[in-house]
Amino acid sequence: MATALRETIKNITFKHLKKFKGQVFGQNLTGVGWVAGTLPELYEKDGVIELPLADVANGGMVTGSALVGRRPFYIIRYQGYNWLNCIFIANYACKSKEIWDKPAPMFIRGLSNEGGLGPVSTSSHISIFYKMPGIKIFSPMSNKEYLKIYKKFMQEDEVFYISEHRKSYENKLEFKNTIKKALDIILMPISVTRFEAEKAKNHLNKLGYRVGIIHLFELKPFVLKKKWINAIKKSKYGVLMTDNDYVDGILRTLAHKINEKTDQTVNVMGLKDKSAGYTVKTSNFPPSALDIINKVRVIISKKRRKKKNG
Amino acid sequence: MTFKKASLCRHFENEVYKRVQEKKINFPVYLSAGQEYVPSSIAQLVHNKKIKPMLFGQHRGHSIYLSFGGDVTQLIDELLGMKSGCTRGMGGSLSISSKKINMFGHEGLMGSNACMGVGACFSSSKPTIVFLGDASVEEDYVLASLSWAAKKELPILFVVEDNNYAVLTKKEDRRDWKAKDVAKAFKLDSYDTQDNPENIFKILKKNIFKKPIFINVHTKRLYWHAGAGEDEKVFGDRLGKEMKYLGKRAVEIDNKIKNRIKKLWQQRLEKL
Repeated sequence: MATALRETIKNITFKHLKKFKGQVFGQNLTGVGWVAGTLPELYEKDGVIELPLADVANGGMVTGSALVGRRPFYIIRYQGYNWLNCIFIANYACKSKEIWDKPAPMFIRGLSNEGGLGPVSTSSHISIFYKMPGIKIFSPMSNKEYLKIYKKFMQEDEVFYISEHRKSYENKLEFKNTIKKALDIILMPISVTRFEAEKAKNHLNKLGYRVGIIHLFELKPFVLKKKWINAIKKSKYGVLMTDNDYVDGILRTLAHKINEKTDQTVNVMGLKDKSAGYTVKTSNFPPSALDIINKVRVIISKKRRKKKNG
Repeated sequence: MTFKKASLCRHFENEVYKRVQEKKINFPVYLSAGQEYVPSSIAQLVHNKKIKPMLFGQHRGHSIYLSFGGDVTQLIDELLGMKSGCTRGMGGSLSISSKKINMFGHEGLMGSNACMGVGACFSSSKPTIVFLGDASVEEDYVLASLSWAAKKELPILFVVEDNNYAVLTKKEDRRDWKAKDVAKAFKLDSYDTQDNPENIFKILKKNIFKKPIFINVHTKRLYWHAGAGEDEKVFGDRLGKEMKYLGKRAVEIDNKIKNRIKKLWQQRLEKL
């Protein structure tokens, strides 16, 4: 029976603590159900360290741990807290190898949610880290992806930011890219929008559109594979990217990179440029399958109309 | 021995002062002349105890580096932007680091080194010294770090080089509390003292690295916050007082060191 991602993260953490004498830092680690069941039920003697409610200082203290080679995991329980936690990680840990020849490898697990929790506790906030040199950013949503990233982390001495989403913890399936045929449009979803993009793709294909998908989880450094470039170039209407972060962040940066390499139009759908409220009604949700379907249809019909009108 | 360290720091800084004025160094420098007895005394103490602590300084790091045995030539090279510098020419004056003496560089955010030092100390259990200024101790994250160091009973020493100023803003215009009192509230062993070596030895001799200690040392900086210049005449310079106290022999040592540093600078400048 396939394992849920939650269990995989828990097993990786256990191995990291027991085999590699690593450390896991975070706040309220036991208080929120052992980080939604992704953390083994261990304590300080095992390397699971409860930090004080001092986010700014904590980012620095974990950097200190990384500097002495403990390869800490650092759990940021809401990505909105990145705003406080990123200061010393971005400005010290990420620069330490280059400036002082002293790597500070750490594995940051930033958890994101969806909707109804206001501007801080909802959604991904990885764009604030993205612009800084010296950080690698990933957003795995499946077991194989997560294992691949952890393995890479243990082989390197860099700062890794893992943008997680609580909705993925139940996931037991792996994602597959579909870009073989000549396509109308290619979806390139990130984070939790990958689940919705899959649904949208299947639905649109049933309606007769030829929609492909490229799942993005290695975000920085962002490498566009040759076969992706070819597929995008061959597509009729370019790309639609989706994400769980604000639209004017990492999405547009990546879209620009794709556009530069392919000369194709790259549309983006992320969180709208508005503040999220604290209720479901006033929230700022990432694009749903229906949103993606509608957007694809609009893109295609607009282009068709334009072509028709010469 | 403490005097020798302090004298080395002073003459080194005086040479940097000259080079800045001559425009041989053309980026901001942070001179610690006047304050050198703080790191020198502590360095001598840990040397006597045969301890090699991890050092987390801030932007004003020349005297920390030199007091704890950093290579003089490599510091000159660093300030001249050479690859043979202690931070490979990347650190300038602000970010002095050295693997040889376990000194970690600073990125420029005041007081961040308290957080890094506490984390490194917690994860390694190694003796650690964090050097702060009287302004950086006001940063909220520094206070959080003091609190956690106390809670975890770490083998760490926090040293505040208190010259009463944040650039040119006096302490009395910034706060109505004493750093020592706040540290004490976090249950740290806390002290407030002048920068004479006897006081520093006396306070730290018994318990350094046996428990977390916080020492606020009142000192006087001779030169500008950044760059080479003087705001006002500083009275009561510690090095001068100690030299007077130690007598003729100290004057001889001081002159010898002065000449050695001057020569080293000339040699390195010729390499440029």
